[in-house]
Amino acid sequence: MTVETPTRFSPLAAWQDDLAQLPTGVQARELPFLTQLTLRVQPGSTAAKAVEAVLDVTLPGPVSAEMSGDVKVLWMGPDEWLLVAPDGRQDDLLAQLRSAVGDEFATVTDVSAQRTTLALSGHLVRTVLAQGCAIDLDPRVTPVGSCLNTLLAQAPVTLVVRGEAASDVWLLVRSSFASYLATWLVDACTEYRGGTG
Amino acid sequence: MQLIACPWCGEREEIEFHYGGQAHVAYPDDPYALDDDQWAQYVFFRDNPKGPFAERWVHAAGCRRWFNAVRDTVTHEFLAVYDVRAPRPLLTGSAAAAQQRKGQEAS
Amino acid sequence: MTNPFRAGGHGRIDRDTTLSFTFDGTAYTGHPGDTLASALLANGVHHVADSIKYGRPRGVLAAGAEEPNAVVQIEAPFPEPMLTGTTVELYDGLDARGLSGQGRLSSRPDTARYDTLHAHCDLLVVGAGPAGLTATLSAARAGARVILVDELPEPGGSLLGSQELLDGRPATEWVGEVVAELDACADVQVLQRTTAFGHYDDGLVLALEKRTDHLGAAAPAHVSRQRIWRIRARQVVYATGAYERPVAFDDNDRPGIMLAGSARTYLNRFGVLPGRQAVVFTTNDSAYPAALELADAGVRIAAVVEAREEVPAHWRTACDERGIEIRTGHVVTGTSGVEHVSRAHVAPFSRGRLGERQGIDCDLLLVSGGWNPAVALFSQARGTLRYDAGIGAFVPAQAPGSVRTAGSAGGTFTLAGCLADGGDAASRALSALGRTGRTLTLPSTGPLPQGAPGRVLWRVPSPRDGQDGSHQFVDLQRDALVSDVLRATGAGLRSVEHVKRYTTIGTAHDQGRTSGVMTSGIVAEALGVDVADLGTMRLRPPAVPVAFAALAGRNRGELFDPVRVTALHSWHAEHGALFEDVGQWKRPWYYPQPGESMEEAVLRECRAARTGVAMMDGSTLGKINVQGPDAGVLLDRLYTNMMSTLKVGRVRYGVMCGVDGMAIDDGTVIRVAEQEFLLTTTTGNAAKVLEWMEEWLQTEWPDLRVHLTSVTEHWVTIPLVGPRSRDVLALVAPDLDADNDAFPFMSWRDATVAGIPARVCRISFSGELAYEINVPAWDGITVWNALYAAGGPFGITPYGTETMHVLRAEKAYPIIGQDTDGTVTPQDLGMSWVVSKKKPDFIGKRSFSREENQRGDRKQLVGLLPADERVLLPEGAQIIATSSIPQPPVPMLGHVTSSYRSDALQRTFALALVRSGSERIGETLYVPLDGRTVPVTVTDPVLFDKEGSRRDG
Repeated sequence: MTVETPTRFSPLAAWQDDLAQLPTGVQARELPFLTQLTLRVQPGSTAAKAVEAVLDVTLPGPVSAEMSGDVKVLWMGPDEWLLVAPDGRQDDLLAQLRSAVGDEFATVTDVSAQRTTLALSGHLVRTVLAQGCAIDLDPRVTPVGSCLNTLLAQAPVTLVVRGEAASDVWLLVRSSFASYLATWLVDACTEYRGGTG
Repeated sequence: MQLIACPWCGEREEIEFHYGGQAHVAYPDDPYALDDDQWAQYVFFRDNPKGPFAERWVHAAGCRRWFNAVRDTVTHEFLAVYDVRAPRPLLTGSAAAAQQRKGQEAS
Repeated sequence: MTNPFRAGGHGRIDRDTTLSFTFDGTAYTGHPGDTLASALLANGVHHVADSIKYGRPRGVLAAGAEEPNAVVQIEAPFPEPMLTGTTVELYDGLDARGLSGQGRLSSRPDTARYDTLHAHCDLLVVGAGPAGLTATLSAARAGARVILVDELPEPGGSLLGSQELLDGRPATEWVGEVVAELDACADVQVLQRTTAFGHYDDGLVLALEKRTDHLGAAAPAHVSRQRIWRIRARQVVYATGAYERPVAFDDNDRPGIMLAGSARTYLNRFGVLPGRQAVVFTTNDSAYPAALELADAGVRIAAVVEAREEVPAHWRTACDERGIEIRTGHVVTGTSGVEHVSRAHVAPFSRGRLGERQGIDCDLLLVSGGWNPAVALFSQARGTLRYDAGIGAFVPAQAPGSVRTAGSAGGTFTLAGCLADGGDAASRALSALGRTGRTLTLPSTGPLPQGAPGRVLWRVPSPRDGQDGSHQFVDLQRDALVSDVLRATGAGLRSVEHVKRYTTIGTAHDQGRTSGVMTSGIVAEALGVDVADLGTMRLRPPAVPVAFAALAGRNRGELFDPVRVTALHSWHAEHGALFEDVGQWKRPWYYPQPGESMEEAVLRECRAARTGVAMMDGSTLGKINVQGPDAGVLLDRLYTNMMSTLKVGRVRYGVMCGVDGMAIDDGTVIRVAEQEFLLTTTTGNAAKVLEWMEEWLQTEWPDLRVHLTSVTEHWVTIPLVGPRSRDVLALVAPDLDADNDAFPFMSWRDATVAGIPARVCRISFSGELAYEINVPAWDGITVWNALYAAGGPFGITPYGTETMHVLRAEKAYPIIGQDTDGTVTPQDLGMSWVVSKKKPDFIGKRSFSREENQRGDRKQLVGLLPADERVLLPEGAQIIATSSIPQPPVPMLGHVTSSYRSDALQRTFALALVRSGSERIGETLYVPLDGRTVPVTVTDPVLFDKEGSRRDG
């Protein structure tokens, strides 16, 4: 078989099987090649309003994410967001945003391959994360829509809570740390694997 | 593992932060107006008080933002966190004492 | 097989199941629910080990974590030293030995799992005794998030070791009901076999859960054996109970001498009779229930030796009913026995004088000198203590607003008081959180007999040696005597902390639970001061011994430190690369072919780069996108040279200095667009440089309109190096005009490489014609494979960091952090050309003109050629001026910073920082090496292609 387009390899491509075999209660799947853009703009500024108009969302405030649309908006800092969109959107989004901003001050940088995204779901996710995350993931403290830049085990991650009681989360991890994090995750699930693991 | 209140992200474990030394040490307006001794004061010399100390921190593993804090170097307690551009908050003697009292309660 | 010292009808052990175990080589049996200590006592074994210093036989003094004597080594199923027999749960196949104070670590690796779990709660309650249970229940009913940790296998605490009734029923029935209710609360977690061992900042309490230790060889491998709980609690209630305190008298260390409350626990929790005929020596009421319950279980109580003159009427009546003699105003002055106590010596004691002694035969001597609240964790939480003269103990005084004690940990010693205090502590904790606790209907404890205050008695005068105390033990584990304490005070020590260090009292595994307060009392008496003023020893974490394996948790082996890899990592591994750690990165070091040594491989890789074509993985270089109208302004302030004048499409090398003028990092800067730059940092400094730039931008120049974004891992970076690199590039990027004029040195082009949109930079870290190809990381392997395939006919050679170092060192390109150490300016590196003369200021500039930085004898970067061209100087080697080593102090001229074998030069060479180095070119200096000195010639640092004729191919 000949491959027409060059094949891309995501940071966790080699982990697919291991991630598919986690114990019941933890489903893990890499969402490879998502478009990711770092947006830097002063909230409330003309540029921010222009960006919001293009994206059709209000830029979310501290430690939260707007996950409803096609382009997800993750708060990374007081004037910084990570825009996450389906594969292949970087060029057109970048152009749209830069053109909307015009001469105002805002910057957009393509960081799509900087991180990969790991989607975790299942009733054990919160307990597994608690083995390496010092933040309280109780829904009363960290509700759905929370977006935390923190450490998981010893890796910097962006953790987005998508489901009640952290039963569904996104973990965005820098590509170089992805393999470490996968090793940690598979190890942290050992206990729930039963005696066969 | 102490908690430090990032002005943006809230309380996080200290391991997420990096220390930036004494705050309010501005880069001199005109370094070339200073003689070597005066310049050395800026480059090499910092206060080392026992008690409240204004210092810089950055939430390195979080929002990457630098902020200032007043920390008691005896107890390590953070008495205030504030914007890097803001003046050092006035923690007067009575306010500090109130802070002290707040921390104490007969058991 | 039955145990000779079991009491029928007592205990919470499962008598239907028999467990076999071995102690000191002898086989015994016990039951589930036993500890090793209780099972030994049930078999009549008191002598556990000999003491560390005097070799005296020692037995079991206590029933819990306060045990100073019964230290054991477990041999099987997993070897573990220095455990207290009173806290080791019995399991089938347990093989243990008594230890004389020192254990032995296993020589084989421990294969068990240890892990960590973070937990959060409104209220943490430590201790599941009566106070802890009411505290937990009260908070649970109020809807709070509560965690209750308790060190025993089952809840109940002191209730497990007593015959108390609650609401007219055995107290354990009430315990069962409470726990059932707690278990039904979603927000309550009860952790048994879990010992809180440290209270740290901001309500962080660490607790050790022993999850499978008690299962022995049957422990499942996939479950962690021990777990460290990192509990972040907004409020903490320490219901940690109290430890009974002995009294010092002559030969108070014999097996068969036991704390009275512990004997009661052995009877009621384990169904064990610790002896047949007992003498009970007490200074307070608490020993009477022990005496009576043991008597009812069949132990003959030969006498209660009561230090007080008066005994409350109901205790006297109860003793009379059982024919137990009470000798008031008496003390135990000493004991007789060989391996075991056989007689207690008793004498009247009033106004400090002993009367005539009399011996009473016994095989068990119970002692109670009062109770010390367990305040170690409270104290770690910065709670202060005060001396309570009524009970002769230190009790909580002031506490931080988030911590309190309940029950006997706070000096409340009645059951009714403890039950009430627990609920009360929970209410106060909740109101501190702005919530309201629920008032509990407490179970009734029955009529409380009128008690009498205890007598505070630290030691009994010795009839043998007067005040000397050389047969009176204070710290049994350390074999420290009253006479040792007196020697310390005699030597002039006035602080218990100093006495502790002088005598080693309180420094053993038990942290002086039974000896610490006694030491304060004896020191106070010796110095004639008030114990209240003297204070007691500081109690530090960990409160119980914790294995390093548990503290490490999962951070071991491949998870010890994050391993960062590039997108090309698996290719390197598949092609035989050996890896070098650079920070947390794994970088290919070199790629040995079969049978090749490192030296041979590196020479081959170097030769390929200088004569053919070679490629490496440069993806670990830090990359920072700098965007905004003021991007050039910011870079001009941070780099020593001018960046704002860089044209779009061009690349410039730059150095950053600290305010002290010392080089902190270097790299290339490319101008992507009018308002966008991309800079690279050294691999190990990527995060540090970004933080440094952000610090200036955010704190000093917040008005600059520029943003910094790390893009390190977005790009895979492949340097394609060597005279044939252009030929290879032409094959994979046919549309790119790579001619020198169209694509000159220090410029970049967007191009399609192997079908992938790429950014190609003409920069060189080797002096050779070279192209650095950057593509999004997920395309990296495609481009790498295409280059490798296209380069095949040219003998393309992958190379690692070692070859990179050789190539750059031949050209004297410094590595910041290897050839520099934070005291080296760009000028010292011979790079004055990188320091702008035009810019009015930049970070570091003012410091260059400091007198110190103008000195002619600064250390400067030079090349060194060993006279013997085969000698490889060690990096770090010192440099001196003379061929023989003079008498110390030897004047040091500098040191070797980089040293390699060069294929291009066909010899070894080095870079070095040498005092006045640039004036010494041509001189011979010496490097002391293996007892001789090696002559070296100082040269210009650039040793290869000084004219730069090779960079254009």
